[in-house]
Amino acid sequence: MELANLSVLLVWGAATALAVALIAFSIDLSRLSGARVEARDKTRERVAVGAGGVVDAPQDGTPANGAPGPVDRRFAGVGMSVTWLAAALLLVAVVLRGIAAGRTPWANMYEFTVVGAFVAVAVFAIVSTRRDVRFLGAFVTFLGTIFLVTAQTRFFVEATGVQPALQKYWLVIHVGVAILATGIFTVAFVTSVLQLLRDARDNGSPVLGSARWGWLDHTPAPAALESLSFRLNAVAFVLWTFTIIGGAIWAEDAWGRYWGWDPKEVWSFIVWVVYAAYLHARTTRGWSGTRAAWFVVAGYACVLFNFTGVNLIFNGKHSYSGL
Amino acid sequence: MAGRNGNETYVPEGIADEFTQGAPASGGPARPDGPGRPAAPALGLVGTLRWTWRQLTSMRVALMLLMLLAVAAVPGSVLPQRNQDAARVIEYLAEHPTAGEWLDRFGFFDVYSSVWFSAIYILLFVSLVGCILPRSAAHYRALRGRPPRVPSRFTRFPAKAGAVTDASPREVADAVAARLRGNLTWLPTFRVDRSEEAARGARPAAETVSAERGYLRETGNLVFHLALVGLLVSVATGQLQHYRGQAIVTEGRGFANAVVDYDTFEKGAWFRPQSLVPFSMTLDRFDSEFASDTVAFAQARDFTAHVTVTEPSGEQRPEQIKVNHPLVVDGAKIYLQGNGFAPEITVHDAEGEVAFSGRVTFIPEDTMYTSRGVVKVPDVSPGLDQIGLVGYFLPTAEATEDGSVRSAFPQPVDPLLVLEVYTGDLGLDDGTPQNVYELDTASLEPALDEQGQRVKVLARPGETVELPDGLGTLTLGEDLPRYVALDLRHDPSLTFVLVFALLALAGLTVSLFTPRRRVWARAYTGPDGATVVEVAGLARGDDAGLQAEVDRALDAVPGDVRQPDVRETRAPAAPATPDRTGSEKD
Ligand code: HEM
Repeated sequence: MELANLSVLLVWGAATALAVALIAFSIDLSRLSGARVEARDKTRERVAVGAGGVVDAPQDGTPANGAPGPVDRRFAGVGMSVTWLAAALLLVAVVLRGIAAGRTPWANMYEFTVVGAFVAVAVFAIVSTRRDVRFLGAFVTFLGTIFLVTAQTRFFVEATGVQPALQKYWLVIHVGVAILATGIFTVAFVTSVLQLLRDARDNGSPVLGSARWGWLDHTPAPAALESLSFRLNAVAFVLWTFTIIGGAIWAEDAWGRYWGWDPKEVWSFIVWVVYAAYLHARTTRGWSGTRAAWFVVAGYACVLFNFTGVNLIFNGKHSYSGL
Repeated sequence: MAGRNGNETYVPEGIADEFTQGAPASGGPARPDGPGRPAAPALGLVGTLRWTWRQLTSMRVALMLLMLLAVAAVPGSVLPQRNQDAARVIEYLAEHPTAGEWLDRFGFFDVYSSVWFSAIYILLFVSLVGCILPRSAAHYRALRGRPPRVPSRFTRFPAKAGAVTDASPREVADAVAARLRGNLTWLPTFRVDRSEEAARGARPAAETVSAERGYLRETGNLVFHLALVGLLVSVATGQLQHYRGQAIVTEGRGFANAVVDYDTFEKGAWFRPQSLVPFSMTLDRFDSEFASDTVAFAQARDFTAHVTVTEPSGEQRPEQIKVNHPLVVDGAKIYLQGNGFAPEITVHDAEGEVAFSGRVTFIPEDTMYTSRGVVKVPDVSPGLDQIGLVGYFLPTAEATEDGSVRSAFPQPVDPLLVLEVYTGDLGLDDGTPQNVYELDTASLEPALDEQGQRVKVLARPGETVELPDGLGTLTLGEDLPRYVALDLRHDPSLTFVLVFALLALAGLTVSLFTPRRRVWARAYTGPDGATVVEVAGLARGDDAGLQAEVDRALDAVPGDVRQPDVRETRAPAAPATPDRTGSEKD
């Protein structure tokens, strides 16, 4: 079979694996919702005082010493394993695509989406080896599945070479770093959304207060989620800054000016400014916590629009989607 | 809200500075976000100005301005912009006469140079400078200050550790201090103070260490913000000094770097003609490559312009210009922006005189290089009409269903010239400047055949064909010269722009990833004669590595070390002795 077709098959395989992981993680969450939350208040207190973030927050209701606890987290384990499988399949798919096209495998929208989904899934899997972030699983695999299915059905183009304007090592650096940043922004976004949900539940929101949302009590306290989201966003923000600088250096050579307010440039700038505002909000009295989390939501919406809307609606110099 | 979600930092008694507040390193008077912010002014003019300035340089206003900037940037991506695509702006204005006129009045077609967009970012930068300068001063003072003295009790610190050893308190404190300083004498990890505490009440005399790290965090932050100012200034300077010219050059011909030799030329307000170095350039050959596989049929693969550059000194050298690889000559960059065919066309009029002879630039309209061009033939022999020819050059001609023709491949496999013929007044004589790529047919008559259809003249390379109505003949040259569209730009600020951008990136990285931590240690002789060591740590904001830092410091303790028993470590902290500042209450 041709490498390019094999790559496509593997992407479908990864999408299926992510969907399976999504189901497993969802079952896990629903079991958590059913379980009684005994140590809820104690948990929150420990997190607030410990200031050490997620590490010391027990999320599964099991005592930290590993003694058998009230909730069976076997499905989360299944979800995690299948997530690793999906990441491996995607990695192979991306490499094969690169070999088939004879170049770096991220030069159009299809490839960007596939590699972006890979980064998001891989970041989640890697973070999970260092701390318990299984509560993110359902959301990351959900977004990953959507990304992959959209890529396969909407953005697909054949593997082939690229036009002269793209033939430069900057394609590897600029686009590669952009994908990395997008993947990390994705995980951070999920974390901030959880922070908002958990916060609303803790504050007696009538909708989120119901038993169905009981699993929220097993996520870390809002302050710990905030700190995890911040750390991810900080990394992604630095990468995004580099993406913009790298893009400008490349544009200087490829388009004859380093900045020209092309729609893609405009939206990359908007993304940057919104996340800069987020970093300011975090340290502005009265704007930290919940309000700052909304900036992450807004910022991520801009990231998504920058990728989809700008490529498909506006016609600028970044019309490399091949669609 | 900040209390619940934000970072609830433990505040030891007697230490009240920016380190223990949730808010960032406060620039003292310039950043009054706290409750102490002055209320609305009943303060006269000076008071009002000061109040306004304080508002402007507050974090909250900076936040608003940032969000405003993001929102203000949006319309420029939705509406066509003059500096990118002036033609689409005109189109838009024609389609939306009323709305368009209003949008235009408010600068919506030049968003990024509009008054309102500029106002936002200028205010933001004023705010930034007003915020950064006092913070720089405060940081400078902090850099020369000492770490805060040891708090009287370690019990409630977020990170702490203790041990018991047989080494003396002095040895212990020295070892911990050395570990905290680190191995690099010129760049200590922590700034460390060693001192002693007299016995007080039930607490024995002790050797103490107080240490602080992370000054680089604020340094990075300041470098970052100042670099942004530098970036803005360099971009603006570049705008003022730059020039940019565009020229179309055909194979075998050249141009000189002089204002008159460019088809279009644009310059900043501070441009001086001296900055045009008078080199010249000839296009020797132009090569293009296109994919011929089915997947990416006819996609461009490579464009190369082979040129010879002649320096003002007379020195000549061969060079190449490729897409993505501009040629740099005397500080100016020359870009390959476009290419196409410029076939040689000769027209003899009815008298047999040469009425026109030259290369005609045909502009590609699709990826297959179906290219459009115009020939304006003046009236050379007296009494004859002027002739206008307009039509297409097709590198690989292909007839379509509806009888029209178009190109099927970008390379000249089967070249064909297809022109319609007009006669009348071309308007060449009245002196008004004309677009060479357009034929104004208002005062021209098309040549028609018996059925009333427009006559199309077809010519292949090397052929001479009759023009209709006995107007004369047209000859298409044997070889088909290529042309390149070159874009030459000189912007003296580029290096500064790059340096400031990279400085900003470096400052940002340092500031976001440098932890700010304080570590204190106290060593004293316990009731059983062994030395008791206590270490406590405090971080600015949340910090996952704090406990590890404290443990590392404790690891340095020399001698025969064992875990403290609980009573021992608690003992000295228990008595509620007022500390030296007398601020402690129980
Ligand atoms: C062009 C406008 C600005 C941009 C793009 C910007 C961007 C940023 C970014 C990305 C950060 C986080 C990284 C870091 O800590 O170094 C930051 C931090 C900060 N900015 Fe700005 N800034 C701007 C204007 C301002 C202004 C006007 C002020 C003061 C009113 C300000 C005060 C601060 C402070 C105090 C921090 C540190 C927060 C902390 O302690 O982490 N910035 N800024």
